[in-house]
Amino acid sequence: MKHIMRALATPVIASLLAIIIGGIIAAAIGYNPLQVYGALISGAFGNAANIGYTLAIATPLILIGLGIAISFRAGLFNIGAEGQYWVSVMAATWVGYHFTGLPGWLHVILCLVVAMLVGGLWAGIIPGLAKAYRGAHEVITTMMMSYTGILLCKYMIEDGPMRKPGYIPESYPIPQNTWLPTLIPQSQLTIGIVIAIVAVVVVWFVLFHTTLGFQLRVVGSNPRAARYAGIRVPLYTVLALGISGVLSGLAGGVQLLAIDHRLAEGFNTGYGFTGIVVALLARNNPFGVIVAAVFFAALSTGGQNMQQVTNIPASLTDVLTGLIIFFVAAERIVPQVIQWYKRWTSRASTSISEEGPKPA
Amino acid sequence: MTSFLEVVDLVKHFPGVKANDGVNLTLHKGEVHSILGENGAGKSTLMKLIYGLYQPDSGEIRLEGKPVKFHSPRDAIRAGIGMVHQHFMLIPALTVADNIVLGDEPGGITYKRAEAEKKVRELSEKYRLEVDPSAKVEQLSVGLQQRVEILKALYRKAKVLILDEPTAVLTPQETEELFSVVRHLKSQGIPVLFISHKLDEVRAIADRVTVMRAGKTVETLPIGDATPQQLANLMVGREVVLRVEKTKANPGEVILDVQQLRVNDTARREKVRNVSFQIRAGEIFGIAGIDGNGQTELVDAIAGLLPIVGGRLRFLGRDITRLSTAERTKAGIAYVPQDRQLDGLVLDFTLTENAILRDFKRKPFSKGGILFHKPAKTYAERLINLFDVRPRDVNRHAGDLSGGNQQKVILAREVSREPHLLIAVQPTRGLDVGAIEGIHKQLLRLRDEGKAILLVSLELDEILSLSDRIGVIHSGEMVGIVPGESATREQLGLLMTGVTNGEATEVTTR
Repeated sequence: MKHIMRALATPVIASLLAIIIGGIIAAAIGYNPLQVYGALISGAFGNAANIGYTLAIATPLILIGLGIAISFRAGLFNIGAEGQYWVSVMAATWVGYHFTGLPGWLHVILCLVVAMLVGGLWAGIIPGLAKAYRGAHEVITTMMMSYTGILLCKYMIEDGPMRKPGYIPESYPIPQNTWLPTLIPQSQLTIGIVIAIVAVVVVWFVLFHTTLGFQLRVVGSNPRAARYAGIRVPLYTVLALGISGVLSGLAGGVQLLAIDHRLAEGFNTGYGFTGIVVALLARNNPFGVIVAAVFFAALSTGGQNMQQVTNIPASLTDVLTGLIIFFVAAERIVPQVIQWYKRWTSRASTSISEEGPKPA
Repeated sequence: MTSFLEVVDLVKHFPGVKANDGVNLTLHKGEVHSILGENGAGKSTLMKLIYGLYQPDSGEIRLEGKPVKFHSPRDAIRAGIGMVHQHFMLIPALTVADNIVLGDEPGGITYKRAEAEKKVRELSEKYRLEVDPSAKVEQLSVGLQQRVEILKALYRKAKVLILDEPTAVLTPQETEELFSVVRHLKSQGIPVLFISHKLDEVRAIADRVTVMRAGKTVETLPIGDATPQQLANLMVGREVVLRVEKTKANPGEVILDVQQLRVNDTARREKVRNVSFQIRAGEIFGIAGIDGNGQTELVDAIAGLLPIVGGRLRFLGRDITRLSTAERTKAGIAYVPQDRQLDGLVLDFTLTENAILRDFKRKPFSKGGILFHKPAKTYAERLINLFDVRPRDVNRHAGDLSGGNQQKVILAREVSREPHLLIAVQPTRGLDVGAIEGIHKQLLRLRDEGKAILLVSLELDEILSLSDRIGVIHSGEMVGIVPGESATREQLGLLMTGVTNGEATEVTTR
């Protein structure tokens, strides 16, 4: 229990500090912070439709954040989730409009499996192998692969074979029998959220209750000890990036079947990047990822309402995001400040040190 | 003699621990005073209190009769207290002179390097601490880096020098050099507080010794009056066996057969050249040598962590030259690596997870890829009880433990695997007498149970007191194998420097 509290302390304090400073900023530019936050919260959770919308946005964030958390656990920084996500959407879209003869449930599974596979390969093959055997830094390779993937998607729907004839650059749509059923009518919330939560439980189980997860964590915590323990470090490096990509891919697949239903222009959602922040705030804990994803989804949905109601720019939520990242990353600031304060007070209370001997 | 530094009834509590509980100490001018105590006895806390890193809960520190309070090391340094930490605080990329004057540089806005070097040179001549002021710290040996640390303190006009476990990182030769430096400092009127848990060193260097146990100072006595046995008993609080009793070995079948082994290090430099030897069941084979002569690479190659370039390795009659680390572990090779924190443990894992670090793939800890925490926990609990690991809490992280307890965890794990061969590299490095006694007993017990043991140590005493046969390695070659009972320090010392066995002595090789 105590260690759960300790683990929660930093992200919670970081978020609170960010919210307080955000409030001060809002007040400083002439808005009532309570009203601003009221609008933010009601926009995110005010009614069933809003909750549904927030959770729908949280779904891909959970899956991507989860994948990034795994790579972090293995000591790797998968920064290219955005590209893995879009390449998977592309592949799943192709499978979606090609194999129309299949029964719906089978077609759904096929789309998701293909999405996962493509995401995993996109992250695992080039960045994974290059890291494992040649030491190429995964931050660079995943990032480069990410751009490659996004541009490939652009090509496919602008000039490539997936373009549907017409004025708007977009792919053929996937058939309606592959759409994921909604949980709340008239909302975007589908059983995708259930898939995401199942994925969380699976990842938690894999990380802490399987030899695979054990080995990933040993490699992440101490690669030398991993070698000593007889773990094949290169293999688990590839696996960690691969699994991370699989989850980004699943996020893409779910998003396609639940909401987008096609590969379309203007698809740069930034989920892949927000996912990094989600993993950071969750401190790589699978269940923490759910909370962090919902939190950032709420900032996004609530932010729109906030702008409509109070006229404050929605970019205040970006400020909040930035502040949270700052405080999570700078978690050591908190004890440091406490220490300074203590030293300062003890110095003020005793002046005896001044009477100590002077240097010779 | 007048007292220079006095510590009166010092108390420092941490949540749940009385780290210092009524500590009294008097350091006279011109003496080398040793603080002797096991790991966790409170020596480091005391030093941190004196150095201003911690503030005492109660009690007093007096410097030249006047009570002082240090709020930070800066206050302590200003008052003339110099400290050399066990882990050096140097910047490798800077020169010796840069490091020494750092924070107190000669010159105003511009840094006068030439002047800094001159000052450092004067200082090193005065105190006979020879070191090239313009050399980069990263190019210096550990012993020389330590000198730079001492010079750093002297540059800041230290009137007393605290050395925290200074020999833990040194070779025997470097230790001797350090001792002559300390003696010279003493003759220059600088008292030295020498923290150690090594009896022989304390007896060699100190004038007086204060023994600490469980946060208290137990006794202060002149070194002339103290026998090693007496000091050891004071430290541990019970009768300890300093030199383990050893029965005659009863060697059985050949367990490990090393033939013409050649190994390169990770930078592909040849480190082991055509080394051959055999280890039988029920014997301890010691490898003696100066650090860096290929010992590490040799054992890493046997454990499967470095590829074998040439030669053969047979284990229980089976060729294991090309087997992976995991396969060798499974075949029955246990390995206590030299660096417990870098290789032996995952510091941010719990003791339970560390206990199964090399066995997580086998039953009952896992089956079909699923980990079972309960048997792992039971197993870990058994290990820490059997080896008296403290704290007795398997949920603690390995990083929370003291060095001695970390070593116990590794040894417990490796020994409990019921191996045929145990490779132990520096198994007692940095441990205190009580813990060393325990580990030596364990090694002998394993030997008597018929295991083969490969012991690598830089401590000749350890090699001599435990080994049944001793192989001496010099620049990657096995220059001689001598029987343990007839080997002498002098003979080994000569072999270690590369003098061949025939020249060294007429003692028969095997």
